[in-house]
Amino acid sequence: MKADRIASRSDEANLSRRGFLASAAAFGGGLVLSLNLPFGQSEAGAPGDFAPNAFIRIGSDGQVVLTMPYVEMGQGTYTSIPMLIAEELEVNLEQVRLEHAPPNEKIYANPLLGVQATGNSNAMRGGWKPLREAGATVRTMLVAAAARRWSVDPKSCRAHDGEVIHDASGRHLKYGELAADAAQMAVPESVTLKRPEDFKLIGTPAKRLDVSGKVNGTARYGIDARPPGVKIATLAQSPAFGGRVRSLDDTAAKAVKGVRQIVRLDDAVAVVADHMGAAKKGLAALKIEWDDGPHAGLSSEAVARELEQATLGSGAVAQNIGDADEAIAEAVLKVDAAYHLPFLAHATMEPMNCTVHFRNDECEIWIGTQAIARVQTMAAQAAGLPPAKVIVHNHLLGGGFGRRLEADCAVRAVQIARHVEGPVKVVWTREEDIQHDMYRPYWFDRISAGLDGQGRPVAWKNRFAGPSVIARWLPPGFKDGLDPDSTEGAIDLVYDLPNFHVQFTRVEPPGIPTGFWRSVGPSHNVFVTESFIDELAATAKQDAVAYRRALLGKSPRASAVLDLAAEKSGWGQAMPKGRGRGVALQFVFGSYMAQVAEVEVSKDGNVRVHRVVCAMDCGTVVNPDTVQAQLQSGVIFGTTAALYGEITLKNGRVEQGNFDTYQMLRMNEAPTIDVHIVKSAEPPGGMGETGTSLIVPAISNAIFAATGKRLRKMPVDSNVLKQPA
Amino acid sequence: MAFTISINGSRHSIDVDGDTPLLWVLRDVLGMTGTKFGCGAALCGACTVHIDGVATRSCITSIDSIEKSAVTTIEAIGATAAGARIQKAWLEHEVVQCGYCQSGQIMSASALLASNQNPTDTDIDDAMSGNICRCGTYVRIREAIKLAAQTNTKGG
Repeated sequence: MKADRIASRSDEANLSRRGFLASAAAFGGGLVLSLNLPFGQSEAGAPGDFAPNAFIRIGSDGQVVLTMPYVEMGQGTYTSIPMLIAEELEVNLEQVRLEHAPPNEKIYANPLLGVQATGNSNAMRGGWKPLREAGATVRTMLVAAAARRWSVDPKSCRAHDGEVIHDASGRHLKYGELAADAAQMAVPESVTLKRPEDFKLIGTPAKRLDVSGKVNGTARYGIDARPPGVKIATLAQSPAFGGRVRSLDDTAAKAVKGVRQIVRLDDAVAVVADHMGAAKKGLAALKIEWDDGPHAGLSSEAVARELEQATLGSGAVAQNIGDADEAIAEAVLKVDAAYHLPFLAHATMEPMNCTVHFRNDECEIWIGTQAIARVQTMAAQAAGLPPAKVIVHNHLLGGGFGRRLEADCAVRAVQIARHVEGPVKVVWTREEDIQHDMYRPYWFDRISAGLDGQGRPVAWKNRFAGPSVIARWLPPGFKDGLDPDSTEGAIDLVYDLPNFHVQFTRVEPPGIPTGFWRSVGPSHNVFVTESFIDELAATAKQDAVAYRRALLGKSPRASAVLDLAAEKSGWGQAMPKGRGRGVALQFVFGSYMAQVAEVEVSKDGNVRVHRVVCAMDCGTVVNPDTVQAQLQSGVIFGTTAALYGEITLKNGRVEQGNFDTYQMLRMNEAPTIDVHIVKSAEPPGGMGETGTSLIVPAISNAIFAATGKRLRKMPVDSNVLKQPA
Repeated sequence: MAFTISINGSRHSIDVDGDTPLLWVLRDVLGMTGTKFGCGAALCGACTVHIDGVATRSCITSIDSIEKSAVTTIEAIGATAAGARIQKAWLEHEVVQCGYCQSGQIMSASALLASNQNPTDTDIDDAMSGNICRCGTYVRIREAIKLAAQTNTKGG
């Protein structure tokens, strides 16, 4: 399959369970199946309201078309999700063509989120059972259609490689020949799924379905949209969040060849031109005076102080076991620590962009988004139109990482497009992209533990403060001061901790927008938890792996990955001076993982990560190659954060601007990454984010092993590690 | 003023300011969107093209500097021996994730392979460290370049 076969689809395909039968004839004699996702219904708490979700169409030519409710942003979903359906449908992946789903929350809601979005590592977790059932349902109907045509028992027929076969008579019919008849068959109430030992696709490395266009320049991302007559715009938004344009002199900008129009908004100015070169030149020629607004004095230090203060008050209790305060008071040894994690930008390689054609009574949008229905809703508000009048074409994403779960870029493009005749593509410069992100929040944790005479932890108390992204993005998910994302990785730990108390205080810093960032809540909590357990092991003067293993009585799967990572990394073997190994362990996104990082710290305090060993139990592996690729990817992403990632605020402004001041890990710095997978028949866990959250403490713990210095604030500060001359 | 430049073997006449970066001529004027915008400051390599076979950041290459040089982009790199081998190795090793930076990665890697039949790890670091991949495909890029080099020496 080729990427250019991934068509965009903007028509409304609102088919109810009954409606799909009626629609079969309308589809040129083919079969269209829409399905409910019972898994999603139970989460959404609306039993009986069976909204169809995944779509399978089989044309009379035998072409199988899947409408993809999840988006492809590099994580391999456009391969692994079709594998689930194709496995049960008994077709090979080459017979499958993909379409991006149009915006429709009712039909395409992510079963684990309740909204149409791809994030939180749950495409596979949400789709595992219902999408296989989708394939099995269609297979059952095709078999039934063939059996009726041959007047034989359906049980005597089988499906294989896009055909139904009746072995006794040697007859066979292709799916395309059966599609129209199959559409007339009753939808079976229940279907039998294949046994794991019969899987042909699941568990076998599969070539990605989306790559050929990505090596020859033909793949289309949002930024590549070119509706006829499109103009290119770029923009300057108020450098301080919440500021406004005070005055504008656009004389010089208008004189630039190719500049067509200047659009002044309350808090931004856009230059519309024939091409981005002219737009950027025009932007540089603008003279804008800003009123910096209410957050003109904001600094990172002020945000940190506010969070530190907040942890001294009472927060919402996320989990409580026993009496942590009393147990700490009675403990032989008490350990206290405080941890800081910085704001982070996403820095997707494809900068923020959105193309809009505003036509008074309707609005057409071209974008690459993780949350197409959100884009439609928010763009409609900005356009002053009902959502049905906003047509959204989704594209491949040049990186998502949570940034493209937000619709701010579409809203901004609509605001500009309302002033422009014809379509306009609004492309942010890299500096705008970094300075007007919706950032991974700053978090602060105040944490204590008590150890008994053997150094074993008898109590654990963690009070942390930071924003709740869920409270803004998905308000029903925030209840009683808590949300499941902010606490994932801080509670329900794999370790036996008899007295345990974790509380969260939601603090929304003023003047800086925050959002989801690859590995979300665990990007914070796993760093704190795994750094602190390492501190306890060091305090108890015990080996970091042995110390953890002794606390895993209730977690055999965690114990297995820990032992595997230790074995494969050569844990315990001597290291040269200046080098160290660090271990970290987590159970988040439904997957268990242990990592061992090997680092080298130079005399001037620079850190080089040489090797990372990952041991993973993510339940049933659908596409082993995707698991390996996602772990490599997640480790690099997290290593970038550990070594370089920091967005700072001064005078209300983000101080970083491009890849010179917001650095990324590069080829010459990339570690060797070994991935070892534990075989499991459990349902699949998430894969796209787990590598990121775990590598940060693994690196920090390795630095401790190499230098004896404990880093309680990310990113790594080489000044702290520098050896005196 | 108008400039006439050679891209992928075809002559194109373009009427833009002389300081306009080649990147925007390719993407916005000519509609060749395979070459990508990442930073606008030669910091990420997403916009890499070949100018007379040399890997060059098109985002800082002004149109008036090209003159008679031959520009090759991702759309045509498969027609070169090194480019075809690199593309094949990329598919074989499943290098690509989101894919956005890969046009630039492939252009840098093709230029390396065309000038160095058997690159060492250091050669690969030197040639490829200007290209950022946010999906972290570096491990596979390195393997794929080595695979392409092997097919090179085998004459395949």
